[in-house]
Amino acid sequence: MLAKRIIPCLDVRDGKVVKGVQFRNHEIIGDIVPLAEQYAKAGADELVFYDITASSDARVVDKSWVSRIAQVIDIPFCVAGGIKSIEDAGRILEMGADKISINSPALNNPDLINQLHDVYGQQCVVIGIDSFYNEATDQYEVYKFTGDEARTQKSQWQTIDWIKEVQSRGAGEIVLNCMNQDGVRKGYDVKQLKAVRDICEVPLIASGGAGEIAHFTDVFQQADVDGALAASVFHKGIINIDELKAELTSNGVAMRKRHGLTAQAEGVNP
Amino acid sequence: MSVVNTSQRQKIVIVNTGCANISSVRFALERLGVEVDVSDDVNVIKSADKVFLPGVGTAAAAMASIKQKALVETLQSLTQPVLGVCLGMQLMVETSAEGGFQGTGNIDCLNLMPGHVARMESKGVRLPHMGWNTVTHNNESLFKGIPQDTYFYFVHSFAVPEYEHTLASCTYGNTFSAAINKDNFYGVQFHPERSGEAGAQLLTNFVNL
Repeated sequence: MLAKRIIPCLDVRDGKVVKGVQFRNHEIIGDIVPLAEQYAKAGADELVFYDITASSDARVVDKSWVSRIAQVIDIPFCVAGGIKSIEDAGRILEMGADKISINSPALNNPDLINQLHDVYGQQCVVIGIDSFYNEATDQYEVYKFTGDEARTQKSQWQTIDWIKEVQSRGAGEIVLNCMNQDGVRKGYDVKQLKAVRDICEVPLIASGGAGEIAHFTDVFQQADVDGALAASVFHKGIINIDELKAELTSNGVAMRKRHGLTAQAEGVNP
Repeated sequence: MSVVNTSQRQKIVIVNTGCANISSVRFALERLGVEVDVSDDVNVIKSADKVFLPGVGTAAAAMASIKQKALVETLQSLTQPVLGVCLGMQLMVETSAEGGFQGTGNIDCLNLMPGHVARMESKGVRLPHMGWNTVTHNNESLFKGIPQDTYFYFVHSFAVPEYEHTLASCTYGNTFSAAINKDNFYGVQFHPERSGEAGAQLLTNFVNL
């Protein structure tokens, strides 16, 4: 049975892992490679690295850390941030990333989704969406350039429409970051994720709001997402991944178990 | 965790298919302590002890790259153990239904063994099949020492149905081939290079064949 995924997200700036609250006030958490290794060993099913400065300041960003991560970890990982072309995506994938996630560049140039699909295949095309609930209009709005508060702006899209659009263009997975919840640890936006789930036929990853184990149970049971992404609860040691998975398993959510390999595997080929 | 037998130094070659997951396969083998060459040179590939055929993307794009590098006959002539990974496995059979986004009809593959790659039945399940899923197997060769129902990492929308050359199976909607084998040719639909300890064990088993 396909397991639901627990996905620690590491926001990267200038080669360091950082974390802000609602996209602001970034503090340095630590070096990328040892953190990646630590999460792989701790039982994470996948990792996402968001280069949060890349999309918003239009410079060439050093991505050599992608290759350093690929050398040490044996679980899949996705790289997001600053991927604006087929060539950008190709470089990241060649360095060993399994998937690339695009956000603002897809809003600026939706054809990029089709191109990435055709060249690298649907399986590695992840679309990240920053969705903000506007209380005044009671609508979910897609935002871009969220890595830089000064340049963050509302796009022309409502969230549901944009999700339909990216699927029709060949997206292989959608990470929905609910901006109102991000970094405040009050729980995922189950209501929004449920609405999105109804029209989302590709894997859907919940992002923004995880604060305790019950939040993960809620989002898997109520919104039927394929994975749950979180940052600060893991970085700050608030939630232990093994305990989280044990609790989810006991609540009937399918989780990957890591089998001990049998004695037969020792000392292969005399 | 077992170790690779390095007492006899092996020549391991990853075929440079021009596809994108070559680095992750190379890194996974290097973590096992073996040396690896990435090459599209006919003589280097032919003289290898073990050959890896990686691949991500579409069958159409990958076959176009292999043809452009004039490697089809070389790959068909290999007699040493060859392991195809993900799309690399799918290229081992006769034909694939995976063209481009608007692609129709079948793509000719390498025809290293019988079989056809079809789009997975999407009834009731989401595609791509992405994530960790359990594998049942015959306990031999590639899967020695790996318990039944061990989780491996999959990312794909097309698959080889279960058939006479199936070595291991996985179920997502329907049951399909998680691994295939005929003679010296082996293929795995999942990504052993991204499947934690179980994946490392499978790669070790292959290197030790």
